[in-house]
Amino acid sequence: MTDRKRTPRKPPARTSRAKAAAAQVEPDAQGLLDFYREMLFIRRFEERAARGYTQALIGGYCHLNLGEEATVVGLMSALQPTDYLFTNYREHGYAIARGIDPRRIMAELYGRVDGVSKGWGGSMHMFDTAHRMLGGYGIVGGQIPLATGAALAIDYRSGEEIVMCTMGDGTTNIGAFHESLNIASLWNLPIVYVIINNRLGMGTSVEKSSAEPELHKRGAAYQIESARVDGLDPVAVAQAGRHAVEVARSGHPYLLEVVCERLRGHSVVDPAKYRSSEEVASLKEHDPVHTLAARLVAQGITDEESLLTLDHEVLANVEEISAFAEESAFPDEQTLFDYNYASAVPNDSRRLPGQALFANTLTSGADQ
Amino acid sequence: MTLMSYRQALHDTLRSEMLRDENVFLIGEEIGVFEGSYKITAGLLEEFGEKRVRDTPIAEEGFTGAAIGAAMLGLRPVVEIMTINFSLLAIDQIVNHAAKIYGMFGGQAKVPMVIRTPGGGGQQLGATHSQNIELYYAFVPGLKVVAPSTPADAKALLIAAIRDDDPVIFLENLALYNTKGEVPNHDTPGVIGQAAVTREGHHLTLIGYSRMAHVAKKIADQLADHEGLDIEVIDLRSLRPLDRTTIVESVKKTHAAVILEDDWLTYGIGAEVAASISDGAFDYLDAPVRRVAMAEVPMPYSKSLESAALPSENDVIQAIYQTLDAIGHRRTKTGPHD
Repeated sequence: MTDRKRTPRKPPARTSRAKAAAAQVEPDAQGLLDFYREMLFIRRFEERAARGYTQALIGGYCHLNLGEEATVVGLMSALQPTDYLFTNYREHGYAIARGIDPRRIMAELYGRVDGVSKGWGGSMHMFDTAHRMLGGYGIVGGQIPLATGAALAIDYRSGEEIVMCTMGDGTTNIGAFHESLNIASLWNLPIVYVIINNRLGMGTSVEKSSAEPELHKRGAAYQIESARVDGLDPVAVAQAGRHAVEVARSGHPYLLEVVCERLRGHSVVDPAKYRSSEEVASLKEHDPVHTLAARLVAQGITDEESLLTLDHEVLANVEEISAFAEESAFPDEQTLFDYNYASAVPNDSRRLPGQALFANTLTSGADQ
Repeated sequence: MTLMSYRQALHDTLRSEMLRDENVFLIGEEIGVFEGSYKITAGLLEEFGEKRVRDTPIAEEGFTGAAIGAAMLGLRPVVEIMTINFSLLAIDQIVNHAAKIYGMFGGQAKVPMVIRTPGGGGQQLGATHSQNIELYYAFVPGLKVVAPSTPADAKALLIAAIRDDDPVIFLENLALYNTKGEVPNHDTPGVIGQAAVTREGHHLTLIGYSRMAHVAKKIADQLADHEGLDIEVIDLRSLRPLDRTTIVESVKKTHAAVILEDDWLTYGIGAEVAASISDGAFDYLDAPVRRVAMAEVPMPYSKSLESAALPSENDVIQAIYQTLDAIGHRRTKTGPHD
């Protein structure tokens, strides 16, 4: 635990970390092209997931990152492989950009054994220890205290890593958000909280749900440095992300608000009838994937034909991915109780529905 | 063996586990400077410092969730929630997160943490501070819930809980903190998931946990002395997993059971125990299984009403007599309770 005095704030001794991550460079042509490739891949992956849902290959809830691609790749580019990521339930793109094999992400959506969470989590609960993606979380705000605790563990061990914790705009009204920011600031925890502001809860606007709709300003209540950035521009997001990560690595929490779009409904089954036709037209105009494509062509980095070729490659790749997922086996029913507990315990209940508590009661018990 | 209070056993165990493993740390409201609402953590801030004895803001959801997140990275937090009533502020983190993380992510992350929290009524604390809601947690797969009634079990089960790789709800009780008992000097962990037969007998099985295990033992001893009754007593010790085998084997021997609980009757822990007996020892029962539980009201403040709401020793004794009368058992001596 570090300095408890509120003002003035003494930064803890983490300057070596800050130096290591301080280098900020404008992405070159290749950097932009890499962003585009990744954004396009997420776009086509999510569209394939939506199709998988209509084919009844994917069940439950399914929230897509369509419109969020620039935000995803920008944020993920700011992290080191050893940093930790906690997200909400709209996280397929983050898992992809974190470097997890997309076949395993699709297999998770399909509920198969090769899924990142072995078919236990589904769309909302992607987890991969190796890539330090410590969960998508389905309960709004549930990930925020957890991420704060992960930062506490890093601080406890004087580690060099940081935690990034993403959430939606609606989440900033939940108690867990405020409790966690307060704790992170009091204890100088190395964490970046990111508000992905797509301006809609499910269908309720930020203005209708947040008394201060400029959500980044909420950092002020906890003496947390904060900023707002255009989430449709991957370069802007990456730069803001790097600064946020640098601050976190120096031992202070940071609050970053990224304003982006949600191109479709809240989830794949939501037709989003609450949006006006003007709004929908504007969405198309601001589509981050199309915008970046135009920028690449305008700057002479690539041409339309190459982009089309790339798109065909990506589409073919995504088809292979969904074929892999479809061919992966469903988890065996015999494994139903495999994850009851990490430490084995006597009298653990491993009964299937309808099974008697004591198998021989009716046959051997009648001695009256 | 050393004679010590339940409070001292908890304190000494926390201290020795912190000395043993530097990943063990304490987190909660008023546990450091104030030394804990019930002084379990007295002196530990001074000995271990702020890093390992962490006073938190009043933010149960925030600090309980932070402990879960720290546990995911391999630390072993011991959370103190001042009373079990306040755990309701953290129930999303406990039920939706601590309990789910291991299974929901296919076994990739463990949550080795303990939540210590006392239940208990009878201290005129009123409706919001007198509840026994351990049932809420005992209901949830993924959690382990223990409820030791003696200083020795408090030590053994706290060691087990801290060393366990799953989230463990460790139920204490306000009325037990000052009770004393012999505690082994060695640090052998207890076994989560096992009940104890604390008194052998054959007339009837009396079942309780936490404070009520204590009450059950006392009444059984008393009825042995005064009535010549030979009552078997089971201390559940673990509410999840529940040791149904020990319960059922006892009832097969005694043919009757009375269950004591400090929680409300309907849907309570006793209901689960009674259902277990029905499933495992139906043909052995000579009388209906009885439950003695708290009256189903928000706990009143006034002493007269509070006493009426809580199960008394006489309530228990009457339930035992009625059960034995139903069987036709003849008591050998005339006692003071007839």
